[in-house]
Amino acid sequence: MVSAFFSTNPGIANFSQNLLTWVTIVGGISLLLGIVSILKVNIKIISKRSKDWGFKLILVMFVIGMSISGVVWGMGENTPFDWLFQNIQSPMMSTMFSILAFFIASAAYRAFRARTMEATILLVTAVIIMLGRIPLGQYLWNDLPNIADWIMAYPNLAVQRGIIIGAALGAASISLRIILGIERTYMG
Amino acid sequence: MKEIKILILVLIINIFHSGEALANSFDNLSWFRLDRFNALILLVVFSTVVLFYIRSAKKGKKLFIRKIAGLDAVEEGVGRATEMGRSVLFIPGIDELEEIQTIAGLSILGRVAKVTAQYNTPLLVPVRYPLVLAAAQEAIKGAYLGTGKGENYDSEMARYVAGEQFAFVAAVHGVMHRDKPATNVYMGAFYAESLLLAEEGHESGAIQIAGTANPEQLPFFIAACDYTLMGEELYAASSYLSREPRMLGSLKGQDWMKIFLVVCILLGVLFDTLQIGNGFFYNLFLEQ
Repeated sequence: MVSAFFSTNPGIANFSQNLLTWVTIVGGISLLLGIVSILKVNIKIISKRSKDWGFKLILVMFVIGMSISGVVWGMGENTPFDWLFQNIQSPMMSTMFSILAFFIASAAYRAFRARTMEATILLVTAVIIMLGRIPLGQYLWNDLPNIADWIMAYPNLAVQRGIIIGAALGAASISLRIILGIERTYMG
Repeated sequence: MKEIKILILVLIINIFHSGEALANSFDNLSWFRLDRFNALILLVVFSTVVLFYIRSAKKGKKLFIRKIAGLDAVEEGVGRATEMGRSVLFIPGIDELEEIQTIAGLSILGRVAKVTAQYNTPLLVPVRYPLVLAAAQEAIKGAYLGTGKGENYDSEMARYVAGEQFAFVAAVHGVMHRDKPATNVYMGAFYAESLLLAEEGHESGAIQIAGTANPEQLPFFIAACDYTLMGEELYAASSYLSREPRMLGSLKGQDWMKIFLVVCILLGVLFDTLQIGNGFFYNLFLEQ
């Protein structure tokens, strides 16, 4: 894989591409492992009538129901699978994502409480950025959007790049440890 | 050894499969991309420095590693869960096994599982991908067997909960509500769900330790968690927890490379500001 990055040789590129295809194939087949895990854990709870077993029953019914509808009628438009996805799964996922707005508000409230010098700097910076991003900010002070842009383009980007460089070196280091067999904990 | 045999088999199949492509490659001799020579040099220098320090560590040279509060808190967190009679929730990110952050997360899981095994504390590991499930089960099993508590290992400690991002979040929220884990550990690649998980965990009253190399998710973890490992700290965590000299040696090499890059950045700024070398130094680092 590393040599494929440095070479345009079709044989090496092909080998590298084949390895990636194999990863996709193995990943696809391993989905069965996931289904077995989800059914095993939840059917055990249902059969023992443990706490909240009703929720598990609904989960198992939908795992089986969606699988059957996908296999029998396909996954194209206007199929039962599509209907289940568009009318049940998709709205539920959108609901989960929309909760984020409230969570951001509560987390920001805690983070921006000016109890220390660092928290005060954070609060002031956040206020400048938030006001600089909306028309009201420009209405209050014409230069506010420029200040917000400067904060994002210089101090913020510098810190982000510092973290990214450190993380990239860390990733390269752990990769080397894995290749050399020093790091094996993830394999048990 | 088994993995190497499989890889050789794949290589042989591939050579037969791409015989024509290989033959063509000998004709046009397009073996090396000269425009990526700078990356190759950096790779060789980095590997040499890391290997040198691994070798020094093996010879017994003492290496200093700074304290990482978040990792020191892992044992404290497990101890708290044990005292409260509750579980430890560990999420190794939501990305696939090919993502290096997931592997770093699983390495930390192995260390955390050793502590939970010693304390007999229940461990819950919900995952999003089946391959991560298999790896997580192996990591936990290895940790339990390694501490002589193999009989306490349960394959259902790690469980596949959902393949979709927000379905996964909903499932984990359910676990947090019902089981009320005393300690939540998030280590790996996280995206839009980072705050959803951490804020819910905060609401449930758990002590929370997070680590990710995705800089855009760090503010959320810092706001909602008690301890956060930033970027490289995530990758250094398994070395820090193991205290194995060879692992610490690689960290030392990594630090020297960081110093080298800082010097290069400063020189680049200096050369560009004073307009020395007509952009030569800048071009040395151009990504192709």
